[in-house]
Amino acid sequence: MKVHLSHPTRDVVIQGPKRVADIFKELNLIPEAFLIIRGQDLMTEDETVADGDSIEIRPVISGG
Amino acid sequence: MRCRKCPKRAVLGLPRHNTAFCGDCLTEFIRTQVQRAIKAQQMFSPEDRILVAVSGGKDSLTLWEILLKLGYRVDALYVDLGIPGYSSRSKEKVEQFAKVVAEPCGSQLTIHTVEEDAGAGIKELANLIKRPTCSACGTIKRYQFNRVAWQNHYDVMATGHNLDDEAARLLGNVLQWQEEYLQKQSPSLPASVEGFAKKVKPLYRMTEREIAAYAVVNRIDYLVEECPMAKGAKMLVYKDALNRLEAESPGTKQRFYWGFLDRQEKSSAVAPSMSQIDQTTLQPCTVCSQPTTAGTCSFCRMMARAKTALK
Repeated sequence: MKVHLSHPTRDVVIQGPKRVADIFKELNLIPEAFLIIRGQDLMTEDETVADGDSIEIRPVISGG
Repeated sequence: MRCRKCPKRAVLGLPRHNTAFCGDCLTEFIRTQVQRAIKAQQMFSPEDRILVAVSGGKDSLTLWEILLKLGYRVDALYVDLGIPGYSSRSKEKVEQFAKVVAEPCGSQLTIHTVEEDAGAGIKELANLIKRPTCSACGTIKRYQFNRVAWQNHYDVMATGHNLDDEAARLLGNVLQWQEEYLQKQSPSLPASVEGFAKKVKPLYRMTEREIAAYAVVNRIDYLVEECPMAKGAKMLVYKDALNRLEAESPGTKQRFYWGFLDRQEKSSAVAPSMSQIDQTTLQPCTVCSQPTTAGTCSFCRMMARAKTALK
């Protein structure tokens, strides 16, 4: 699957299918600080991303 | 995962509430929480005119949208800081939201451009006066929001600060024992003296993640990109630390900040109020008349230094 990340903007490829919670673990990300978006839809941590899917992991933290 | 309120698929789990919602129920939940915050803190009434400070990010555009949906009389102010690239992209998001969502509801956007006023964008300005960019930015935004709200007779000024912002700020203030700042850390600050607009934070009950999810579900087109000036900011370090604690123990941020507010409310029965303190310590700035503890306010001093340096 293709995973789009921000700060800095980059794309990484991960072997699927994989649960959202496991994607967070693999990328060492804290779920509280991100949303996972497939197309225009949010995904919960128990859902599975198929190998051919493209998802965005969007950071939600802002501010200086 | 299913929504806990209806049979639909959940789009967001909320561990701190041990629940999960579909898009519609999340929208209803968040709007209810905002309304609860407005009432609990006596922020404003349906008759009041509200000025929302917008940046193009998720929090301020979501706040503008929610207040419109709840039927409040709300306009917005955007301060164009002149940060190359970033400011034009954030302004574009704000203008698009104003055109598509706000103006059809009769809500207006005002834009203040720092460069027109000060002769330089925020980065150059901060360099000229030898202050950190975020510090100069904060001074300018606070000053301009208050000026526009006061001069245009708005009853209250609202900002999109959320639970993460307030918990991180509290952590910073406690770590440094900045008691004078702790005193001012309330979701609702009164118009304590002539020249100060009332300031409120209607999103203080919601986490950043919940607000971002609301924005995605409701197709609010916000700027995901972070301000380039915020890189390495202490607030981001505090937020990261709190999110790690939240992951281990859901509800930590809420307990920390709301617990502080409970204690603040209890102590207000014996301690002097914010208004009483302001009335004894503030006086009109000799240049602009906005309230200040010094003879000349920090904004006017900053502008004077910048104008000297630009000559």
